[in-house]
Amino acid sequence: MTALVRLGLVVAVLAASLTASVTAAGRPAALQATKLVVYSGREERFVKPLFETYTRLTGIELEIRYGDSAELAATLLEEGSNSPADVFFAQDAGALGAVAAKGRLAVLPATTLNRVPKRFRAPGKRWIGVTGRARVIAFNTDAVKRSELPKTIWGLTQRRWKGRIGLPPTNASFQAFVTAMRLKVGDERTRAWLVAIRENEPKLYARNSQILTALARREIEVGLVNHYYLYQLKEEQPNAPVANYFLTRRDPGALLNVAGAGVVSASERRVQATRFINFLLSRGAQQFFATSPGRAEYPLVRGVQPRAGLPALAKIQGAGVNIGRLGRELEATLRMLNEVGFTR
Amino acid sequence: MTSGRAAVFGRRAPLFLALPALLAVGAVLLPLVYLTLRAGPPGSAAWELVEPGPTADLVAATALLVCAVVAATVAVGVPLAWLVARTDLPGRRLWAVAAALPLVIPSYVSALALLGALGPRGLLQDVLEEPFGVERLPEIYGFPGALLALTISTYPYVFLLTAAALRGLDPALEEAAQSLGSSRAGVFFRVTLPSLRPSIAAGALLVALYALSDFGAVSLMQYDALTRSVYLRYQALFDRNSAAALALVLVALTAAVVLAEGWVRRARTVRTSPGSARRPAPIALGRWRWAALAFCALVVGSFLALPVGVLAYWTARGLELGKPVDLPWSEAGNSVFASGLAAGAAVVAVVPLAVLAQRFPALWTRALERLAYVSNALPGIVVALALVFFGARYGGVLYQTLAILIFAYVVRFLPQALAAVSAGLGAVSPRVEEAGRTLGRGRARVLVSVTLPLAAPGVLTGAALVFLSAMKELPATLLLRPIGFDTLAVEIWTATSVDAYSEAAPAALLLIGVAAPFVYALAARLPWEAAAPG
Repeated sequence: MTALVRLGLVVAVLAASLTASVTAAGRPAALQATKLVVYSGREERFVKPLFETYTRLTGIELEIRYGDSAELAATLLEEGSNSPADVFFAQDAGALGAVAAKGRLAVLPATTLNRVPKRFRAPGKRWIGVTGRARVIAFNTDAVKRSELPKTIWGLTQRRWKGRIGLPPTNASFQAFVTAMRLKVGDERTRAWLVAIRENEPKLYARNSQILTALARREIEVGLVNHYYLYQLKEEQPNAPVANYFLTRRDPGALLNVAGAGVVSASERRVQATRFINFLLSRGAQQFFATSPGRAEYPLVRGVQPRAGLPALAKIQGAGVNIGRLGRELEATLRMLNEVGFTR
Repeated sequence: MTSGRAAVFGRRAPLFLALPALLAVGAVLLPLVYLTLRAGPPGSAAWELVEPGPTADLVAATALLVCAVVAATVAVGVPLAWLVARTDLPGRRLWAVAAALPLVIPSYVSALALLGALGPRGLLQDVLEEPFGVERLPEIYGFPGALLALTISTYPYVFLLTAAALRGLDPALEEAAQSLGSSRAGVFFRVTLPSLRPSIAAGALLVALYALSDFGAVSLMQYDALTRSVYLRYQALFDRNSAAALALVLVALTAAVVLAEGWVRRARTVRTSPGSARRPAPIALGRWRWAALAFCALVVGSFLALPVGVLAYWTARGLELGKPVDLPWSEAGNSVFASGLAAGAAVVAVVPLAVLAQRFPALWTRALERLAYVSNALPGIVVALALVFFGARYGGVLYQTLAILIFAYVVRFLPQALAAVSAGLGAVSPRVEEAGRTLGRGRARVLVSVTLPLAAPGVLTGAALVFLSAMKELPATLLLRPIGFDTLAVEIWTATSVDAYSEAAPAALLLIGVAAPFVYALAARLPWEAAAPG
């Protein structure tokens, strides 16, 4: 009988709390201008203080749904015109491009767009870059001298690096770099590079950060990653023998990728949402991204300096490809990575 | 020991069972509806991206992994269950809890911990390098790592369901066999094991569904399973349609697994419930005691102590760096609350379906029961997006509230409750129910006052399984929870997504700690200590 009593209790509790949750957690009327709903693909640990500052400054409550950028993009697409979101703040251009392509992001005003150089805006004006991250070669300083590192990405195809390279073939930033390379030097040479790298038996990782920890353990000696993971690693392991190496200016391996934001077109608070994006582009917010502990993102707004020790933004041209084009080209890149044998 | 087709509740399925059962199965099939809408008819653009050659490779790799995981979990789970439930193994309550606990460790956490311990330049190598000069450990990436991580997270399914069945086993059968001259091993293989068959099959099914649906372990271990490719299509291609088409391939594979399990289970049904409550005497292990203890120590050592040890090491490293350890108690409260509701709701949803399938054997009832499993090897993200799709369109104010989150948990984990409740019901002889009917009780009252109490171990096991799974659920939680409703799984994810392992580790340890009393209540109810059922 005890089991039945327990079962009955569970049912009663369930019924009561469901009713309570519906009345309590039901979303308030959409038109209230005192709050904004943000879908954030940027990590909570990092952006939360900034969002709290915004609320302090404006009195506007931010309701933030944190998640993976791609999953949030898919969520926005599935929600369509019923989306409760006002702003989409994503880790990469691809996620923003996918949502913009289906018309789920609204066109941003010129006053907002003009704050960053043209190469960091969406071609269709539906999203804007907020901060940048450079592709670099991170290396184990015990294993490799800086002077031994290649000037360009092509140098990694030499036999000296056999079994010592780490790559994240399924990582969006890595794929963006391969796409940029294709657009710059063509499919044939990109494929040749990928094949040569493959023959050098690189170790494959899911994430940039795993490459950094692998470098710290000397599991590998060089890794293709974004520049700011180094600062993250040093927060956890201050003495890790790892450093960043920036490739020469025009090298396709020196791509600069962006995190960005857009206003959801289903939003009924678009003006307020645009103001929030302006806040992300303000000097204070840009400095926050550039210099808070463990971070070193490139500020994109003119006149804001990157963290000390980083080369100037203008020096990192990469392939000189508009990052807004990368999303559309991604599929062909994936096919190539698949054919060469990096992914399935 | 005959398979009873008794018409205890009448020959035709009563509406009070059929209607809720249909509703439950309908809810569980929502993701399938969504996928069909997304993928479109065969020949559509989405299907063109599912190329036969590479897809066949993925299916083969997935099938291989699933078979290996099922074999490993049965090999570990069944002997362990027998030892803690039926023998005089010293400390069996503790072993029972320790053996069930890994269920609450999310597979990506066990994979991370395994990599931290056994990966290249991991803890083990650090230990071995100085004295023994070991510079390279066997490769853990790929198949071995995926197998190990998934075995850790899933063998408790087999262990718990088998232990529950052992608890309900009538000792008279075994005693009879022994009195007829069977050796102890003979009794185990000829009497005990066949009686356990439905429960082992149900546990293996849950293991298979989990292994099919898992993304965390296979992605970290870099094993090319179907789910990894489904995720890739969302994450890299932003192509929901071809992801849906590939997910339907996964559904087809699941259907094959579900049919196979149904066949194994039905091959010989054995009723084992005690007509009258009796406590089996624990079997004396004698000189085998040390071997049994060593086996338990090996399993618990590698499947619980190893991940927990790595988590403790990460926590210690954080302390060394002077980081304060904040235990996320309010997140733990949210996890327990939401998971508790999910467990209750899942059991309520599942009982009519399980009774229908067991007591009204017909093609449609069996099909209904099997259907409930089919969409549940889908990766969490697919289920989450399906509910985003329906919730945003038709959910109204319920969208992104606790109600829809609980609903998502039930949709994802209903098969676990179903497997456990069915196994529990399967052991209840319809003869007992007939007795209830002859004594003048109505059909519903027999169900409530006779059947369910006898099936209580199975029902409670089902509730616990859903509870523990919901505790670690991530994809649906992220997309569907009320904004600000942080759970422990979310907290762990938040920290690992910025690689703050020293912050993720205390949260993961708290998850295990919070689950422990529930697992204890579940796993430590040994037959001679529990109150007699009924």
